[in-house]
Parts: sequence; C-alpha cells; structure tokens
Amino acid sequence: MTAAPALLVEDLSVAFRTRGGVVQALEHVSFAVQKGETLAIVGESGSGKSVTAYAVMGILDPAGRVTAGRAMLGGLDLLAASADQVAAVRGREIAMIFQNPRTALNPIRTVGKQIADVLLRHANVPRREAPGRAVDLLRAVGITDPARRADAYPFEMSGGMCQRVMIAIALAARPSVLIADEPTTGLDVTTQAVIMDLIGDLARDIGMATIFITHDLALAAQRADRIVVMHAGHVVETAPTAELFARPRHPYTAELIAATPDAAANLSELASIPGALPDLRRSDLPPCRYAERCPRRQTDCDVALPAAPAIPEHVVACWNPLS
Amino acid sequence: MTRTLDSMSSAIVHAAPPPDPPLLDVAELKKRFPVSGTIGPLARLRRRMKGGPVHLPMVHAVDDVSFTIRKGETVGLVGESGCGKSTLVRVLTRLLDPTDGIVRLGGRELSLTPAKRFARDPDRGRIQMVFQDAGDSINPRFTAFAAIADPLRRLRGLSGAALTAKVEQAADQCGLPRALLSRFPHQLSGGQRARVGIARAVAVEPALLVLDEPTAALDVSVQVVILQLLERLKTELGMSYLFVSHDLGVVRLLCDRVLVMYLGKIVEAGPAQEVFSRPLHPYTRALVDAAPRLHGHGPAAVRLDGEPRSPIDPDPDVCRFYGRCPRGVDRCRTAMPDLRRLGDREVACHFAEETPA
Ligand SMILES: Nc1ncnc2c1ncn2[C@@H]1O[C@H](COP(=O)(O)OP(=O)(O)OP(=O)(O)O)[C@@H](O)[C@H]1O
Ligand SMILES: Nc1ncnc2c1ncn2[C@@H]1O[C@H](COP(=O)(O)OP(=O)(O)OP(=O)(O)O)[C@@H](O)[C@H]1O
Ligand code: SF4
Ligand code: SF4
Ligand SMILES: [Mg+2]
Ligand SMILES: [Mg+2]
Repeated sequence: MTAAPALLVEDLSVAFRTRGGVVQALEHVSFAVQKGETLAIVGESGSGKSVTAYAVMGILDPAGRVTAGRAMLGGLDLLAASADQVAAVRGREIAMIFQNPRTALNPIRTVGKQIADVLLRHANVPRREAPGRAVDLLRAVGITDPARRADAYPFEMSGGMCQRVMIAIALAARPSVLIADEPTTGLDVTTQAVIMDLIGDLARDIGMATIFITHDLALAAQRADRIVVMHAGHVVETAPTAELFARPRHPYTAELIAATPDAAANLSELASIPGALPDLRRSDLPPCRYAERCPRRQTDCDVALPAAPAIPEHVVACWNPLS
Repeated sequence: MTRTLDSMSSAIVHAAPPPDPPLLDVAELKKRFPVSGTIGPLARLRRRMKGGPVHLPMVHAVDDVSFTIRKGETVGLVGESGCGKSTLVRVLTRLLDPTDGIVRLGGRELSLTPAKRFARDPDRGRIQMVFQDAGDSINPRFTAFAAIADPLRRLRGLSGAALTAKVEQAADQCGLPRALLSRFPHQLSGGQRARVGIARAVAVEPALLVLDEPTAALDVSVQVVILQLLERLKTELGMSYLFVSHDLGVVRLLCDRVLVMYLGKIVEAGPAQEVFSRPLHPYTRALVDAAPRLHGHGPAAVRLDGEPRSPIDPDPDVCRFYGRCPRGVDRCRTAMPDLRRLGDREVACHFAEETPA
C-alpha cells in the first residue's frame, strides 16, 4: 500500500463536557482507507464509532471537542480547515449516511426534492434533469414505484425506506469517501444485499473509499476488505478481514467474534462479553481500557501502550495478544 | 372507520367463545394511506378541473391480516422493508386507526376505541411498544431516567423511592449503566438510546410487549442481555411478545412462531424453527438464503430480480410476489393465492405443497 490513502485519520482524540464530568470518548484513534477500499469499523455499542465519524465530518455535538489529531482528505486536514473549506467538500467529496435516518431527513420536504437538491448542489445536474435522476436513485436503492413515491414526505415512508432515501442522498454526488454509519440496520437481508451491492459498485466504478460502521460481524466479514476494532474509544486491532477472523489477536476481538450468534442452537448458549465498557468519565482509566475485563491481563498491561501506526497490515494494541 | 354492519356480524360469529381465548386476536385487519400529492385543496382542485374519476390512489400498507398471540407466546414478524410491519404494529398498539378489521386484547375489542382516546384508556398499560426509531421516539428534553420513569408514573402510579428503584432495576436489566441515566438522548450512542427505549417499555410489565426492531442498533453482546431478559420475563410474568425484526437468527432463537409478511399480506406463518429450516413460500426461501453468515462464503448467490409490485392499488387478482418470484407462472397473475393451512403452517402460494424439502 503505497498510494496516499483517500482518508487518513491519525491520533484523533475527542472529549465531551457533561454535567457529570468529562467523557474521554476517543483517544489516539488512527486508521486509513484507500481508494476503492471498504474499511469496516466494528465494536460494542458506545465504543466511539459514531463519534469518530462525526469528528471527521465536523459535526460533533457542541459539547464535544477534538483535543488532538488530524483527518486528511487528500491534502486537506478536515480538523484544521475552516468551516467554509469543510462545507465545500462535505456532501461532495465526503458524504455520510447517518445512524438515525428519520431525524437526518428534512421532515417537511418530499424525498424526491431532497435528493434533487443534492444533485443540483453537488453533482452539477441541470435543473431540468434533477427530478428524473432523483427517481432513478430511488429505484437504485430499491424503492418500489419510485415515480409515485418521490412525492412522499419522510413520515409517509417506512423506517427502512427513510434509510434508503438517505443512502440515495449520500451517493447522489458520487463522493470519493463515504462514511456509512450502520447503513443497513433497519433493512431486511434481501434489501441489505441490494444496498451493499450498490455501494460496492461505486467503490469499483469510481474508486469510492468506504468506511462502513457496523456491529454486524457477519456483514463486515462479507463486505469489508479490512476491519478496525474499537473498544471504549481506542482502536484495539486492525487487520485484513480474513486474517482478523482467522487469527484475532486482541482478546477483545476474540470475545466479539465468539459472541456472534451464528450457530447457537438456543438462547442460553449465547454468551455476552463479560464486564461492561468502563465509565469514560473516570480520571483513573487504565492505559488499556479493556484491562478490567481481560482474562489475559498481566503487570505490563498497566504501562502505556505504544501508539499504533496508521497504515498497518495487522496491528494490535495489546501487551499480551493471542498468537 | 368504514366498518359495515355486515362485517360486524361476521366478527360476532368469529368471536364464538373458544375455550382459551388468545391474548391478542387480530382479524382481517386493513390499513390504507392516501398517496402523497393526491390530498389537500390543491390536488382536489386539480382533480375537479380534470373532471376525471374521483378514485384516490391508496397505499395498501396492511391488507387483510389475521393472527393471534397467546399468553406467554413470542411471535416474530419478518418481511421486506416497507411491507407494512410498523403500520401493523401501530394499528394494534392503537396508535393508528385501522381502515377495517378487528383488534381484540384479552377479549376486549380495542379497535372500537379511537386511537386518540386510547392514550387515556385503562388498558393502555397492558400493551407497550418499543419503537423502531428507539432514540428518536424519546422526548429530547427528558433524561434517560425521566424517560423510563414517565410511563411508570402515569400507568403504574409509582413515585419517590419506589419509582427510583424501579427505574434503576429496569436499567440494570437492560444492560444500561446507571451512570448514563442522567444523560439526555443526544448524549447517548445509538445502542444506548435503544436500551432506554426497551427499559421504559419493559418496566411497566405489560401483558403484551410489541417490539419494532428493538435489537437493530445493539451489538451482539447487549443483544444477548436483552433477549435473555425477554425470555426471563416471559417465564416469570407470562408476558407475550410481538417481535419485529430483520435478524432471522434472533427470531429463530427467541420466537415460538413467526409471521412472514410481503407487501401488506402474511405469506407464511408457522413454528419459527420449521419456517426457517424449510421455507414453503418462495419469498421466505429468498429471505433465508440472503442472510449473511459469519463463516459463509462471500455474498449470497440468490438475488431477487425483477421489478417488485407496487403497494399502491395492487391488483387483487395477482400474487403480490409475482414478477420477482422465481417460480411464478401464468396462474399467479390471474388468481391471488389464499393463505392456506398445511399442517401447522400457513402458506399463501399456489405451489406450497410442491415445495421440495
Ligand atoms: N454529546 C455527548 N456527551 C457525552 N457523551 C457522549 C456524547 N455523545 C456521545 N457520547 C459518548 O461517547 C461514547 C461513544 O459514543 P458513540 O455514539 O460513538 O458510540 P457508538 O460506537 O457509535 O455506539 P452505537 O453502536 O451504540 O451507536 C458513548 O459512551 C457515548 O455515551
Ligand atoms: N403515514 C403514512 N402515509 C402514507 N403512507 C404510509 C404512512 N405510513 C406508512 N406508509 C406506507 O406504508 C407502507 C408500509 O410501511 P411500514 O412502515 O409499515 O413498513 P415496514 O414493514 O415497517 O418497513 P421497515 O422494515 O422499512 O420499517 C410503506 O409503503 C409506507 O410508505
Ligand atoms: S493489554 Fe493486557 S489487559 Fe489489555 S487486552 Fe492486552 S492482555 Fe488484556
Ligand atoms: S403464487 Fe406464484 S408468484 Fe406467488 S409466490 Fe407462489 S409461485 Fe410465486
Ligand atoms: Mg453509533
Ligand atoms: Mg418499520
């Protein structure tokens, strides 16, 4: 991997102010995604996947602050750039599919118009052609009878239909980087396949780089080239997909894979990962945030971990990894 | 409401007292929505000027659906995005009025009470719902604590220390750290918000809990906690569930029976294990084949080709799956297959008997 990555995130740290203290949501998060590549970010609920995406897109909650790091989109550092510079690339060069589709759409504008707006603003589509192209995009994301459904408002669509409208909006400008935060969680598996194929086609045709945030390990296994595993605001392991599933090295990754209910015969057979994410407001968080849950903990583990390089083949942040 | 006297009397026949009435009884339920752009003064004017037919195009979101849920039973509801699952559950939790049909809870006909009035109905506490957009359905000005406490106060009359204890218990049961109870929804991750939504519905201990995609935002680890909690409440309190999900693995593990919906209609129903291990309807087959597996080999080979039929004024004489169905033949577009009983299964396909094992 020698070419410059489409997006490089390096040493990203984010903190939130709350009434109960400062939440250290992200610490030294690094990863890179190449042109045409699909990189999955997986990890437990609350591990910092969405916050990572929001920080890169410049849309963190006002109580949140980027305390360190850079996010390079080509030559532009999104975290240091002016609001105008970021606004100029957002939606055009880098687009995002949000986890909560209904609130991300404009409730008082029809879905067809919302897609047409993006085509006019970011894709240089002539005004006359925009409505027709919007209908084509609705069809591409699997909306039935798209010509008649283009006039519907978000509240008149199902949860999964809103999600697909948002996907159509994100893909309308054919961005070079797509951040997809749980893009198919509200979708049945046949529709999910349609959407993932569509994203895959764009990756192939225009070299779109995709950051695919999910907690569905089976889907990540099927669709991602590489996988980043996050735990409590840290990247704990990064590896090519097949390698990660065949030889997980971080104890947390191994637990995560073991907890996937692929072949379980009944509910009592399923195991959840022991322990919970630590409270990220604590001032005495151990350097390895998994330490308090980890069966392989040893004395070394209380020494700060070396920072992981950004473009690795298989990197694990652990003093005592599985071999 | 457009119920005729005729359908009322047939409903009474239907109610001939069975020995052990089901907790929930849904009969011939229909829900239609006008298509956007066809209502309102402007559209009315346009229609008048054209002088054309006055028929309004309608989305047939739920079309003639009947099923029952017994006490202590878990029924799964699966189907394609947009097929009408949320509309169905919103009608039976009385958030929407049906176009036609009957919803009975413990023998009482709920569909007679308009949705607007049901909010203050004494039976409100017997049926609770976890919404699909769990996070978005929580009042943004409520902390997690207040969101869980609100129905307990209104429906169970709890206050003070008893209320606090019950809220904390519900949070613990759902794997929601107590430290998060003072946070507002926007300060929580997607999965943390989903757990608030589940905790607030579970805390009330309803007779029937309707869950619309409750685990979609949850990672496997939290999912296990929730599923085992539901299982425990079912044994301890005899709670019943209607569980809407796209995750067939979870439905197989949790549910006694499953209903498969396609374009507003139930196309297959039966014991969950059997339906998924040996689907009889071609749509169920496609669904089962498309599920990604951790140790599978690349994307599933089966794709549903062909244009799906529109939910807007669908032809009553054409099978809803025709056009995408790999088996479809001429007969499928001249006669709508009825939902027929085959052993302990129900299937709506002309060729259900001939499906190879
Ligand atoms: N505005 C905020 N104020 C305080 N804490 C926050 C805020 N936003 C997020 N957090 C916290 O930061 C952590 C990471 O949240 P994030 O939304 O990134 O999780 P996630 O990995 O996307 O989880 P999920 O899979 O549940 O969506 C969580 O513990 C969350 O509670
Ligand atoms: N208020 C409404 N006005 C008009 N049409 C509606 C309304 N609510 C739902 N619909 C339509 O009814 C159909 C069924 O929607 P519903 O939300 O029940 O689907 P669903 O099965 O829950 O899908 P998903 O899995 O995507 O959540 C869709 O075609 C939708 O557009
Ligand atoms: S660094 Fe130590 S405590 Fe942390 S995951 Fe590795 S072995 Fe476990
Ligand atoms: S009736 Fe015909 S079109 Fe419909 S599911 Fe059966 S084979 Fe397919
Ligand atoms: Mg998230
Ligand atoms: Mg729905």
